[in-house]
Amino acid sequence: MRRILSLLALLLPLAAGAADTAQPAVDDPVLEKRVMALTAELRCLVCQNQSLADSHADLAVDLKNQVRAMMKEGRTDAEIKAFMTDRYGDFVLYRPPVKATTWLLWAGPFVLFAVALAALYGYIRRRRTATGEPGELTPEQHARARALLESGDAAEPR
Amino acid sequence: MNRYLIPLAIFAVLVVFLTIGLGLKPRDVPSPLIDKPAPAFTLKQLHEPTKQMSPADLKGKVWLLNVWGSWCVSCRQEHPLLVELAKTNIVPLVGLNWKDDPAAALKWLGDLGDPYTVSVVDPDGRVAIDYGVYGAPETYVIDRDGVIRYKHIGPISPDDLTGKILPIVKKLQG
Repeated sequence: MRRILSLLALLLPLAAGAADTAQPAVDDPVLEKRVMALTAELRCLVCQNQSLADSHADLAVDLKNQVRAMMKEGRTDAEIKAFMTDRYGDFVLYRPPVKATTWLLWAGPFVLFAVALAALYGYIRRRRTATGEPGELTPEQHARARALLESGDAAEPR
Repeated sequence: MNRYLIPLAIFAVLVVFLTIGLGLKPRDVPSPLIDKPAPAFTLKQLHEPTKQMSPADLKGKVWLLNVWGSWCVSCRQEHPLLVELAKTNIVPLVGLNWKDDPAAALKWLGDLGDPYTVSVVDPDGRVAIDYGVYGAPETYVIDRDGVIRYKHIGPISPDDLTGKILPIVKKLQG
């Protein structure tokens, strides 16, 4: 019995350790959520295809700290984004602003779609005329058809 | 005729776009700071921590700002070239020692030679952020009025120096 108790006592520090890790990692979860939301929109320039929020690069950590510090100072998200683009350019934004240098980026897919639609329309029209789909009959053709139908010696369709 | 011309035209456009894309270096992000005043700072000097330096001290001179760290492998690659440049005395070279241990930085300069007119330390990287630094080495050409005129990203090759950086420096020096 005594032995079991002492073994259990050995486990006590483990329980204490577990209780420690369950505590929230940051002192201000609301601020941290805002930091993560904004940095998810910003590109890490070191790894380029990762957001600042995801990246563990040294610079990304520094920039996240910078964002956090600016938020604590009460700066708005727009001000922080301007701070970043002033230094690193529009490239840091995953959603670049619409302007002269980016219109191709924004309009490109729609322009391509319009071109594809126009091409498809043209193709279908051309195919219809090429296969000679029945259109309107001329008055002479109408007359001839009527004559044929009324003459009676046309072969009965089975 | 038309049915061959159109796919050919589409193919040609694709080739043009892809060729341009191949030539671009995604690492080289254009800096919005070109033709803007160099961000001010006041930092401690590496060799004499009691002294400080700021860009205003160099007003009236064309100078280079080189961002480096003893932890940075590419900096080691360009270093001999900087040492050579320093010997020519063409242009003052300021070293921004980025997120480094001063002792390691001093040892590095002692071992490999010190090309810098003056070295300043940016231990937390705050000044580097103002300059839009995202990887060392980076080199800025700053004119007499303290305006950034050119930024070179990555190690400087002899071709970069003689073909790009020095011509810009000479033009600015007038």
